[in-house]
Amino acid sequence: MAKLRRIELSESTNVSVVRFKDQKIIDPQAIQEMGQELFDLIENDDRKKLVLNFSNVEFLSSAALGKLITFEKKAKIQGAELILTNISPEIFQVFSITNLDKLFQIKDSEADALAVL
Amino acid sequence: MPSGSATLTITRALASSLSTYLDFVQEILDKMERMGWDKSVLFGIHVALEESISNAIRHGNGEDPQKQVHVECKIDARRFWASVCDEGNGYASDSVPDCRSPENLEAPGGRGLALIRAYMTRVELRKNGSCLIMEKRLDEPAASR
Repeated sequence: MAKLRRIELSESTNVSVVRFKDQKIIDPQAIQEMGQELFDLIENDDRKKLVLNFSNVEFLSSAALGKLITFEKKAKIQGAELILTNISPEIFQVFSITNLDKLFQIKDSEADALAVL
Repeated sequence: MPSGSATLTITRALASSLSTYLDFVQEILDKMERMGWDKSVLFGIHVALEESISNAIRHGNGEDPQKQVHVECKIDARRFWASVCDEGNGYASDSVPDCRSPENLEAPGGRGLALIRAYMTRVELRKNGSCLIMEKRLDEPAASR
């Protein structure tokens, strides 16, 4: 796997846990790279259970949301399960305003996600 | 929150590049924080500035390097007002599908304006949509949810 610039990856049993390196996911180049690194997890590495841990993320733009939505669609096509966790109240409000809390499966903590995957 | 502070006016012509306005947005947020604005409110201001300016660059100016985005902000301790104008031909705002409807949930774009409306007290589109005026007043609720 190529060096990851935007995400950190760890394995917990058969689940891949992703953390984001950027506290603010705004820069278009960074969003593009983040998207590609996420897509590679399911399209190249064939990972089937993924947790996206947002504990490090303080801000994200709608362009970043768009990339996450594309990732969710790709995961669905590949038969991969995806859960988002540790979303701050401010960022959860962004998901809520745009109804994306209904599109994504969201849990409070990584442990909660691992318990159901 | 201090009261009775003078209004700060900031105007800037920004290049149509999606990576060059981030410092400007941070400059506004830093000034507002020094004026006493709460961080939770500044999150919404950040969203509104980010989405309005990136929309103007991406959709209004089509990232044309010959075009600029003109931003004016007026800020005091309880009110944030901004106009964000591009040099494009505008658009019909009612042509933007509702990102919150079930059939559009998976669309990758179209969320910026909904977010701006949610965080601002008042939002107005002028000049066929090429100018967005937005205002946040601390003592009034948001324009829509």
